[in-house]
Amino acid sequence: MAADAPTQAAGTVPAHGWRSSSLPDMKLMMWIFLASDIMFFGTLIGTYLIYKGRSLTGPYPQDVLDIPLTTVSTFVLLMSSFLMVIALDALKRNDVAKFRLWTFGVAFFGAIFLGFQVYEFNHFVDLGLTLQGNLFGTTFYVLTGTHGVHVAIGVLWLLSIVVASYVRPWTSKDATNLEVAGLYWHFVDVVWIVIFTLVYLVDFIPGAGG
Amino acid sequence: MAIGRRDVPAPATPDAGGGLLARPAWTKGLGSWLTTVDHKRLGILYILTSFTFMGLASIEAFIIRLQLAAPGMELVSPDVYNQLFTMHGVTMIFLAIMPLGTGFANYFVPLMIGARDLAFPRLNAFGYWVYAFGGLFVYSSFFLGGAPDVGWFAYAPLTSLSNNPGNGTDFYMIGLLIGGIGSLVTAMNLIVTIFSMRAPGMTMMRMPVFVWMILVTSFLIVFAFPPLTIALTQIVFDRTFGTLFYVPEAGGLPILWQHLFWIFGHPEVYIVILPAFGVISEVIPTFSRKPIFGYPVMILSGIFIGFMGFAVWSHHMFTTGLGPVANTAFALTSFVIGVPTGVKIFNWLGTMWGGSVRFTTSMLYAMAFLFMFVIGGITGIMLAMPPFTAQATDSYFVVAHFHYVMGGGALFAFFAGVYYWFPKLTGKLLPERFGQWTFAAMFIGFNMIFMPQHFAGLMGMPRRTQTYEAGIGLEIWNLVSTAGTFVMGTALFMLLFSVIYAFRNGTPAGNDPWDARTLEWAATSPPQHHNFDEQPIVTDRDAFWAQKYPEASHGDDGSQWEGMDFDAHGIHMPGQSWYPFLLATSIFIAGYGLLFENWPLSILMLVVLVGATYGWAFEGVGGHHVHPDDGAEAAGD
Amino acid sequence: MTRWFRSALVPILAALLLSGCDFAGPQSALDPAGPIAQAQLDLFNWSLWLSALVMIGTFGVLAYVILRYRRGQRTDIPEQSHGNPKLEIALTIVPVIIVVMVAVPTVRTIFATEARVTPTEEDLVVKVTGYQWWWKFEYPEYGITTANELRLPTDRRVVLQLDSADVLHSFWVPRLAGKRDMIPNQGNQLTFTAPEAGTYYGQCAELCLGAHAYMKFRVISEEPAAFEAWADTFDIDGAQRVQADPQVQRGHQLFAQKGCTTCHRVDGYRGTTEVGTPEFPDLTNFGTRTTLGAAILPNTQENLEAWLRDPDDLKPGNYMPALWSEDDPDADEEIAAVAAYLLSLGTPDETEARAFVGGTHGDR
Repeated sequence: MAADAPTQAAGTVPAHGWRSSSLPDMKLMMWIFLASDIMFFGTLIGTYLIYKGRSLTGPYPQDVLDIPLTTVSTFVLLMSSFLMVIALDALKRNDVAKFRLWTFGVAFFGAIFLGFQVYEFNHFVDLGLTLQGNLFGTTFYVLTGTHGVHVAIGVLWLLSIVVASYVRPWTSKDATNLEVAGLYWHFVDVVWIVIFTLVYLVDFIPGAGG
Repeated sequence: MAIGRRDVPAPATPDAGGGLLARPAWTKGLGSWLTTVDHKRLGILYILTSFTFMGLASIEAFIIRLQLAAPGMELVSPDVYNQLFTMHGVTMIFLAIMPLGTGFANYFVPLMIGARDLAFPRLNAFGYWVYAFGGLFVYSSFFLGGAPDVGWFAYAPLTSLSNNPGNGTDFYMIGLLIGGIGSLVTAMNLIVTIFSMRAPGMTMMRMPVFVWMILVTSFLIVFAFPPLTIALTQIVFDRTFGTLFYVPEAGGLPILWQHLFWIFGHPEVYIVILPAFGVISEVIPTFSRKPIFGYPVMILSGIFIGFMGFAVWSHHMFTTGLGPVANTAFALTSFVIGVPTGVKIFNWLGTMWGGSVRFTTSMLYAMAFLFMFVIGGITGIMLAMPPFTAQATDSYFVVAHFHYVMGGGALFAFFAGVYYWFPKLTGKLLPERFGQWTFAAMFIGFNMIFMPQHFAGLMGMPRRTQTYEAGIGLEIWNLVSTAGTFVMGTALFMLLFSVIYAFRNGTPAGNDPWDARTLEWAATSPPQHHNFDEQPIVTDRDAFWAQKYPEASHGDDGSQWEGMDFDAHGIHMPGQSWYPFLLATSIFIAGYGLLFENWPLSILMLVVLVGATYGWAFEGVGGHHVHPDDGAEAAGD
Repeated sequence: MTRWFRSALVPILAALLLSGCDFAGPQSALDPAGPIAQAQLDLFNWSLWLSALVMIGTFGVLAYVILRYRRGQRTDIPEQSHGNPKLEIALTIVPVIIVVMVAVPTVRTIFATEARVTPTEEDLVVKVTGYQWWWKFEYPEYGITTANELRLPTDRRVVLQLDSADVLHSFWVPRLAGKRDMIPNQGNQLTFTAPEAGTYYGQCAELCLGAHAYMKFRVISEEPAAFEAWADTFDIDGAQRVQADPQVQRGHQLFAQKGCTTCHRVDGYRGTTEVGTPEFPDLTNFGTRTTLGAAILPNTQENLEAWLRDPDDLKPGNYMPALWSEDDPDADEEIAAVAAYLLSLGTPDETEARAFVGGTHGDR
């Protein structure tokens, strides 16, 4: 990750001192955080899979999961990642208006995803699936809930960026800040793909899980 | 607080705007310590806090040994006994030895790589405060209904609300969650620091071994703490919100806790021991006046040990009925770790071989480390044999084994570090003669305590029992062991006394009392606030040694850096901040909110937490630039 | 400073040699009495010899370096050698060889001692359940249930099916076999034989709070005939269990009156009636047991009376309440009666009961 060779030519030592890595500190930090976060989600997903099929009472996954609905919310989340790329590109080109618009768009799509999740949770509780009811409920809500909290933090972060860019106008020099938020957002998105596949889809593939 | 004797830098200039929580600029007094972001001050805070916790753990251990002096003692009740050994283990592992390594890392990693601070100074302060508050949280349990009593690995379902209705388990779980945040962010911070803040010329393969070991350790923390965090959260949810993770009646699998705990727990052993390896790898070369023998192999074996640490967790579970195939697999991976560990021992011996070895107190502790770590390593290999472990696990044999690794290994290495670096920390030398007596008492006491425990364990004494049967051959071992605590206790008091004495009346040390090899000795003792007046340039592996003895160095001449002015803008020093402390405090109080299910308090603290996060994020860069006198002698020379 | 090493080592080694001559004991893994424990000890001894070599090598070099290369008055700088690749490779091979020498017998022993077996007719299957803080032993083949005392015939392999009713426990009889944990929702198995007749000490080895330190048991291995005779005592008709002795009869009444029957099972307590619940130790044939309170005391009239008077004093943290208040004037007489009744269980009459117990009463 770090380059050993000197990366700054003579006379370009920045005001905050010499750096031995070409990667900005914030970005390196985010990569390391995400590596750690993989272990967080890995443990939660592992717990879910180990407890899969061990619930002694219903409702079971097949009784509650609604694939079409969640496919739509998954699609919305995927699209938000797409917007994230456009937003970063706009900021790098110093197109501040577009950057604000698309960044807001990412947060908005994230909020829609959260709305779907709130609806889904409410609906599942109505169907009798509770946090305390059976192992499926326990593991499902804790896993998807943790992901939901990640999305909510991301939405808050992106909205803060939009607000901050009004307080102090952002330029392409601030691209690293947005890029770091973007890394986080893409990660949260990828994790959802994994969760969607392992929690939702697997049960509906003939011969897999059950 | 007199450590603030170091030169006061140019007055800081708080950001314009002011306000209640504007960047403070105290350089003395309580406020300066609460708001400090200086890695050296935080390092000292870490070291002092971890030694304080170690003192508490020693008291717990002393009571445990008194209770076991003879069969049938009734000094403490079984309940209190359970709390004592649980708190002793939790304290030594999470609150004493591990943060001691972090403290040394905090203080010396920037100095050793020629940096002025860590990459994220405020995050570093935050890491310290959550660690300290996490420890305080766990210890407050003694006054709020009883300490945790489930052992440091807290096996489910012993931790469930029905089996353990008191608050002790909650204090353990939530306290470790709070402290774990600190370990995680500090590890991430150190990784970024080591990657991006090395001095010009300090390539990865020129870094001191200590820095390498801290890097490996930090990666271990980054990957090992999440499983623990999730497992702890699962228990907290089970106890607070009625989830079913570890409820056997609902189909839950108690064995899952063991897997998650040891996926963290085994790397944790290396999180404790690798920084100790790093200390030894600094002490031995310095006092042998030779470079570390086989540097690349030392680094690789450290990385390999760390990597393999994630592949051996089930050797803590050989008796849980995983079956012969799994036991074979985990036995073999565990044996494999013996190879790089053996290589490290050989290389330390190789470093001394042909050297000019000076037996200071620090070096004596390093020698004792070699001796006892070999014993702990050998019993470790024995315990990697599942059929033998079937007899030895959960007996005093295991107690003896991990005390030889963690105490005789890690702790003695850190004592070597204390004697080695004390002059750099304070500018004073610890008394040598008295130090050697202290060492002798420490070494004899330690072996008296733990050597007999091997035999007690093999003769059938299980751990975690507050009494044992008379007449089955256990008395003599326990009596010798308890007698040893008096010797080692005396040694700990002697160490405490010599630290206080040296701090007040010690002989001034000078910048480089040991004729050392790494960059921290190029700074003043104690180092100035900005560490180095001039950006150090590194031309060889033992950077400082190469500057002192260019004829004995094989490095480059540093010519590629000529003409570059690294400090043209002055030295940027980060500004102090209230937010790390505020954020840590909100998490600390929110912990009580969660524990006592006081939701208004929890929500209030969540609001403070979010507010402090925003305050932190928008506080601005802060800090100031230091311009050392042009005429001053460059510290790097 | 080397004298410190010497002064530290000599007394320690001397202490070990003086006190460590005898590693035998009823709970000592170093004194095996069955093939499983023997195999485990053999492996340990093998690793002990290897580690002696390692220690002689390593500590020898350490001592040599300490003596040979001390600085003394030297001021010159030694050669700044960074390493020696050939030597380093050679020194890497040494631990590899040692590790292989440990690994091969280890794997062999794992499969010899830990393989899961399907019990056959030849094997004696016993279902063992750990409770806070006692052990239940059920013999499906004989239809009998007992507590805290596992009786075995010397000529049959035993297959234990281990389970826990609450938290984790660990089944450990050092002289016969190493531990196996008892984990809810996970059926574990432990297999061993006890070819020599004798009494072996066992103890719970996984923290289970409360009276964990007192959660012990005995394994009594006896000749097949003696074992069968013991199993046969469970066939005694309920009505014949209560002996004519008036004290025993009084105890029999008190057993119900004082509420013992709420928890403790006794087969055929009155005729065909059974009493108690399976969550507490089964007292059927309690008189045949050598110990009481999960092997914390020999099972004598005197100890049993002390136990009944104040169970928490003898076994702190356990669930059994004291049934007599301290100022109860009838306590002495009633406790003696209950104790006499309990000791009569499973034995035709009192004199024989004593004889029955006497043989194995000692510790070894």
